[in-house]
Amino acid sequence: MSDQGLGASVARKEDRRFLLGKGRYTDDVTLPNQSYAVFVRSPHANAAIRSIDARQALAAPGVLAVLTGEDAAADDLGGIPCGWTITSKDGSKMVAPPHPALVKGKARHTGDPVAMVIAETRAQAKDAAQLVEVDYDPQPAVAHLNAAVANGAPQVWDEAPGNVCFDWHLGDAAATDAEFAKAERVVAIDLTNNRVAPNAIEPRAANGYYDDVEDRYTLYTTSQNPHLTRLLLAAYTLKVPEQKLRVVAPDVGGGFGSKIFHYAEELLVLWASKKVGHPVKWTSDRSEAFLSDAHGRDHVTHAELALTADGKFRALSVRTLANMGAYLSTFAPAIPTYLHATLLSGPYVIPAIYAEVKAIFTHTVPVDAVRGAGRPEATYLLERLVDKAARELGIDRVEIRRKNLIQPDQFPYQTPVALQYDVGDYPATLDMALQAIDYGKFAERKAESEQRGKLRGFGISTYIEACGIAPSALVGALGAGAGLYEAATVRVHPTGSVTVFTGSHSHGQGHETTFAQLVNERLGIPIENIEIVHGDTDRIPFGMGTYGSRSAAVGGSAIYKAVDKIVDKGKKIAAHLLEANVADVEFEDGKYRVAGTDREKTFGEVAFTAYVPHNYPIDTVEPGLEDSAFYDPKNFTFPGGCHLVEVEVDPETGVVEVVDVAIADDVGVIINPMIVDGQAHGGLAHGIGQALLEECVYDTEGQLLSGSFMSYTMPRAADLPSFKVGNHVTACTHNPTGIKGVGEVGAIGVPPAVINAVLDALAPLGVTHLDMPATPEKVWRAIQAAQGGAA
Amino acid sequence: MRNFEFHRPQSVADAVTLLKGNDAAKLLAGGQSLLPILKLDLAQPSDLVSLAKIPGLKEIRSEGGDRGDLVIGALVTHDEVASSPEVRQRIPGLAALAGGIGDAQIRNRGTIGGSLAHADPAADYPAAVLALGATIVTDRRSIAADDYFTGLFQTALGADEIITAVRFPVPERSAYAKFPHPASKYAVVGVMVAKTAGGVRVAVTGAGSKVFRLTALEQALTENFAWRAASAVEVPPGDLRTGGESSPEYLAHLVQVMAKRAIQACQ
Repeated sequence: MSDQGLGASVARKEDRRFLLGKGRYTDDVTLPNQSYAVFVRSPHANAAIRSIDARQALAAPGVLAVLTGEDAAADDLGGIPCGWTITSKDGSKMVAPPHPALVKGKARHTGDPVAMVIAETRAQAKDAAQLVEVDYDPQPAVAHLNAAVANGAPQVWDEAPGNVCFDWHLGDAAATDAEFAKAERVVAIDLTNNRVAPNAIEPRAANGYYDDVEDRYTLYTTSQNPHLTRLLLAAYTLKVPEQKLRVVAPDVGGGFGSKIFHYAEELLVLWASKKVGHPVKWTSDRSEAFLSDAHGRDHVTHAELALTADGKFRALSVRTLANMGAYLSTFAPAIPTYLHATLLSGPYVIPAIYAEVKAIFTHTVPVDAVRGAGRPEATYLLERLVDKAARELGIDRVEIRRKNLIQPDQFPYQTPVALQYDVGDYPATLDMALQAIDYGKFAERKAESEQRGKLRGFGISTYIEACGIAPSALVGALGAGAGLYEAATVRVHPTGSVTVFTGSHSHGQGHETTFAQLVNERLGIPIENIEIVHGDTDRIPFGMGTYGSRSAAVGGSAIYKAVDKIVDKGKKIAAHLLEANVADVEFEDGKYRVAGTDREKTFGEVAFTAYVPHNYPIDTVEPGLEDSAFYDPKNFTFPGGCHLVEVEVDPETGVVEVVDVAIADDVGVIINPMIVDGQAHGGLAHGIGQALLEECVYDTEGQLLSGSFMSYTMPRAADLPSFKVGNHVTACTHNPTGIKGVGEVGAIGVPPAVINAVLDALAPLGVTHLDMPATPEKVWRAIQAAQGGAA
Repeated sequence: MRNFEFHRPQSVADAVTLLKGNDAAKLLAGGQSLLPILKLDLAQPSDLVSLAKIPGLKEIRSEGGDRGDLVIGALVTHDEVASSPEVRQRIPGLAALAGGIGDAQIRNRGTIGGSLAHADPAADYPAAVLALGATIVTDRRSIAADDYFTGLFQTALGADEIITAVRFPVPERSAYAKFPHPASKYAVVGVMVAKTAGGVRVAVTGAGSKVFRLTALEQALTENFAWRAASAVEVPPGDLRTGGESSPEYLAHLVQVMAKRAIQACQ
């Protein structure tokens, strides 16, 4: 109906300010009498703190205060809470150790905040921070999963013997055992999922301001969900009621999950502001970000697949160790459990699945959600295992998948790991991707590469993910401390323009455009006349924020529901103006019309009447045209698809070059194809980065060796080919928009396709296993080992 | 970054005077290594002496006609070397090396003199200077490349000595092959091969604590300039870095591969 509605690739409304360098980020907010905070962070992974001497720092120019864990405790500042409780196999609750905002007596990872220095300028605070004398007593530390579960490993917490946070399971062990007992073939794999840093382009920042006239706190922060931050500040950390707290997340330069969580610095700048009588701003630098933003992934997994001799999957058994870091970040326990084990059926029929997940404490930065969050780990192990099975059984890698995919007529499909998929067409996306990459001619391309001394490999991943997390009642039953609905208010102004207040938060996703397109689709109003407001708890009724690819599916549905209420109220007003029965009034193309006639009123006329109710059904309809809706999803949404990758390996150096990527996704109904493609591109870059380049490397002492962009390799444009992105739409069946979600598909689907392609390239040399990231030296060593060389 | 006094002398002599007796003063050329070090507070110089206003340090010229040396002023940027018709025509291997340093921003600001004074063990220019048998010209003397690099970030330069130019003899052929670090773009291993009338010189950067020559390979190539010689290169283990991201075995292997590729590029 409209060239700006669903399916229109309109240019992003927000890009003008971004491209002109006029985005307004947290660090751009400088308040009158602004002061600045710098943190003194532990250089040791595990150290008792004998004493802190701040006298020199306090005497330094411009210094207003030096605050420590003792001060925080004296003011009864709350510890950072974990928002999800996992119950172990034996019925016990997970070990949830205290997480003080500033440590007291002991630091448990490099980067743990020990003291906060506040000064009139950032430079003064930085200089003074170097004058804070901390007397550390360093003790043995443990950073890696296998070391942390070994006998005699250093203990991160006394209350977590063996460093175990929880020992959880999902699925039917007996049914799985029975399938393995009678299995014709069993294929096993051991692999790791590498630890990654989120590395949003905008580092975290927080600016806290206590107004002693209003007795009210305002926090500007780099958050993906300001209402959740306010909730946690109110209920757990600052302990100030919500009406006394305003949290603003203005323009935010990327999150990738890392800005979901409530961080200590957000609490501390508010607390410190009241103490020093100035607003207090903290802005992370990149080195600090590596040591203080929650990391992602870091699993060690053993998995086994039971098959029939002809390659039908019968059962899957998975044992995973998941690194939690030193403390539990906001959603950390949910990631390797309900966002990982529940996805282990992938897009396949697997009659029995059993998964065990042990979460382990180490002396490292906390681990939590990073783009995909659990689902990349599940997809990676499953797709690596399926490829290995194909090789061991001598079945073509495409065919073994085709043989086991859930067929379109099997939906709704109940997996053995709790989820019920509503809809999808996995054979269609498989065929679409194969066609896009011209799979039939792979052998020719391989031969051509060989002439240039390169080994070409083809890799495949058929994946599923779960987005739009999910009915509040369900997640509550599974241990979540929050509901997972979304809220929206739609305010129609008297002249017919619209402001939408959404609880979703855009930090790169383009909501200001796509949400306006949703409203345009329903009301016919040009998107230029639709303003999307987000990221301010004083302006928006409530919200759960943006993560898990939930905004379009859940936040968009809340907007739809609110628009429904507007349309219905408008019908009553239009019926009055048109002197017709409400039941006879239709709304289409932005006009209310008496069915079967040409009598009509535009939406704008109805809106004006709502605010100038001279001729108005005042006895039955209130003036004004504004409504709100909370949408609580009935289920997750289930995007899925097929990702194909071709690589060339230089066998002399081990360098892997990704030379072709073709993907076919089913992300449900698409609002803006350009933005959907962009999300796919970003996710693919992220996923290829994890597969080939990115890794947080800790040494055995718990020192982070990859703590800057000089060693931590981010994917760059030159590392990536042009992507072939296709979409095959099946509409989500249980939300009003049909949208499933797209933000994470690349990061979830592509890593195993990359590694499968590298292993395919190296198969002729006898290489059968590689862990991510497939760095040149790792590939070269695998070749040397397979060839019986010295490496 | 801490406060410092900033100086912009108009002559080399004035710059030397500013450095004399002040161990906490640092020279500033293109700043591509120094400024990040200052920002990270890894050095706290009291004085920065900028070379930017000193005339005569930005020239590229040939001395002594067609067979004479190519002389590059200390403040010539990497991009200027990479795009100079004179360098491209006379020592194309050097122009190509300069064009592969860092990224475009670094090449637009970074200078040859700055790179050589800093003597980063993974920088590219040291390989060119050593393989081409260049001479470092300073305010007071000339230093042969073989005598110039003395250790990790260490050179033969005196504390108040200033590089003014680098003098390159023109080889028959030369080429540089580099295995860049994927993040930093520094050389994990870079090998420069130069074939001259007097023999072949091969220099390796990145793999050790300082740039070094592969004399055995030089001899083999002087007798027979063929890429197959590279596979026989034994890199002395003591010359290789340990404890870095790359193992010594991998570095030794990369030296062979990059040497081979440099030789092939010469042919």
